[in-house]
Amino acid sequence: MSAAVTMPVTRRPKLEIGRRLLAAYTGLVIIYTMIPIAVMIVFSFNIAPNGRVALKWLGFTLDAYRHAFGIQDLTGALINSLIVGMGSAIISIILGTPLALALTRYNFRARTATDIIIFADIAAPAVVVGASLLSLFLELNIPRGLITILISHVAFNVAFAVVVIRARMTGLDRSLDRAAADLGATPWIAFWTVTMPLILPGIVGAGLLGFAMSIDDLIITNFVAGQTLTFPLWVYGATKIGTPPQVFVLSTIIFATGVGLAVINSLINRRAEHRRGG
Amino acid sequence: MRRLSRHFAPYLLSLPSWAYLTVFFVIPLGSMLGLALATGDPLDGYVASDNFSEFSLGFSQYHAEFVRSFFYGAVSTVITLVIAYPVAYWIAFYGGRNKSTYLFLLVLPFFVTFVIRVLAWEFILSDEGFVLGTLKSLGLIPQTTHILSTQWAVIGGLVYNSLAYYVMPLYVALEKIDRRVVRAANDLYATPRVAFTRVIIPLSAPGIFAGFLLVFVTNVGDFVNAYILGGPGTYMIGNVIQDSFFDNQDYPLAAALSSMLMFLLMVAIFLYAKTFGTDTIQDYAA
Repeated sequence: MSAAVTMPVTRRPKLEIGRRLLAAYTGLVIIYTMIPIAVMIVFSFNIAPNGRVALKWLGFTLDAYRHAFGIQDLTGALINSLIVGMGSAIISIILGTPLALALTRYNFRARTATDIIIFADIAAPAVVVGASLLSLFLELNIPRGLITILISHVAFNVAFAVVVIRARMTGLDRSLDRAAADLGATPWIAFWTVTMPLILPGIVGAGLLGFAMSIDDLIITNFVAGQTLTFPLWVYGATKIGTPPQVFVLSTIIFATGVGLAVINSLINRRAEHRRGG
Repeated sequence: MRRLSRHFAPYLLSLPSWAYLTVFFVIPLGSMLGLALATGDPLDGYVASDNFSEFSLGFSQYHAEFVRSFFYGAVSTVITLVIAYPVAYWIAFYGGRNKSTYLFLLVLPFFVTFVIRVLAWEFILSDEGFVLGTLKSLGLIPQTTHILSTQWAVIGGLVYNSLAYYVMPLYVALEKIDRRVVRAANDLYATPRVAFTRVIIPLSAPGIFAGFLLVFVTNVGDFVNAYILGGPGTYMIGNVIQDSFFDNQDYPLAAALSSMLMFLLMVAIFLYAKTFGTDTIQDYAA
C-alpha cells in the first residue's frame, strides 16, 4: 500500500531506461579507471628483452618476479619511499590530532585563521609547495636528502590528517567524554580512555591516506630530494630511457598489498559496527 | 584557574601544527619571493636584492606556457566534471547498499603511484601500442596517426588523474541533498529535467565548486603528464619552473615564475573562499 501512495508519479518507463543507462555508464567509467592498472599488471608478466618493458606482448614470464628486487637502486628507492611514507604518516597524525581536537571542541579566536591555513595547504599547487620548500632549503643551505623529503611530506600530510580526523570527531557523541569528566577523569585520561578509542578509525584512515599521498608524490619530492631517490622519482627518471619490468612488478606488489589492507580494514570496521549495532 | 586553562587549551592543542605549518609552509613562500628578487648567477651564487626584473622577464618569455597551463587546466577540469557528475549522481542516488564499494573501485588507481599511472597511459597511447597499433594493422586509421605528444594526450592524462578527486566532492554534495526536496519538486509537477536543473544541480553546487578548485589548481601546476605524454609543443609552466631550477639553475627566474603561479592561483582560491567560505572546502577535500 505504502509504495502505491508514495511513488505514484516517478515510475515511468522512460525514467527507468535513463537509470539503466546511467548505471551502465558508471560501469564504463569504473572500467576506464581500471585500464592503466590492468596494463601495469599484464605487462609485469611480459617477456622483457634488454631488461626493458616492451610495448608489444611477447609472451608470459615470471622472470621479473623472480628478480623483483634485482635492481639495487630501485629497491633502495622503494625502501626510501616506505620510510618516508610511514614516517610522514605518523608525524602528521601526532601533529594533526590535537589540532583536530581544538577545532571540533573549542570556539577560539585563531579558528578562522587555522581553517584558512589548512585550506591553503590542501589547495596549494604541488609545484609551488615544492619550489618554495626548495627555496627555503637553498637559502638556509640545508643539504637535500631523506630528511628534507620527510619534512616536506609532513608539510602536506598534516592538513589531510586534520581534515580526516576532524570529520570523525564531528560525528562523536560529546556526552561520553562529559560523562567521563563528571566521573572525575582528567581531560588527559578522558582523552586516552574515551575519545581516543572512538576516533581511532579516523586516525588509522588519516595514517593510510598520508602514507598513500606520500608514496604517490612525485612533484614536491622532485624539488626537495637532492640526489636521494624515492620510488616515483626513480621511475620518473627512467621514463625516457625505458622502464625495466621490475617497476611494474614492485608496483603490482604495492597495489595488491594496499588493496588487501584496505579490504581487511573495512571488514574489521564493518564487523565492529555490526557488533555495536546488534 | 579552570576557566583560564579552558581558554588556553585550544591554543596549546593547535600549537604544534601551527608551528610546523608556519616554518614549512608559510615561511617557504616568503623565501621563494626572496629568492625571486635575488641577483647573481649559478656559478657565483645568488645574493638577496630587490631586483624585480625576473618577474617581467619571466612573463615576457613564458607567457605562452602560462596561458597553455591555464587552458589545459580549465579544459581538463571541465571534461572531468562532465565525466564525473553522472557517476557521482548515480552512486549517491541509486548506489543502494553498495555505494562504498563503487567509491572504492573508483579510488583503486590511487594504490598505483601517480607516475606509473601516467606511464601506463604512455604504453596504451603509444604509436605501436594496442590502441593505435591494432587500428593501424586493421587499416582503420592512417599509419601516421599519433596521439602522444599532442595536447589531447596531456589533457587526457590530466582528466584520468583527476577523476576520483572530482567524484568524491560531488558525491559528498549529492549525498547530502534531502531526498524530500527532490520528491517535493516531483509532486509539484516538475519534469525530471527541471527537477534536475533547478533543484539537484544548485544544491550540489558546493561540491561542483570545491572539486573544480582542487582539480583546476592541481592540473595547472602539473608537469608530469606534459613530460611523459606530451612533446615540445605541450610544455607547461610547471615544466619551465622545473627546468629553471635543475637544468639551468636559474633560481631567481624559477622562484619568480612559481611566485607568479602562486599569486594567480591565490586569486582563484580567495574568490572561492569569499563566495563559499573555508568551512565547506574541508568537507569536500578528503
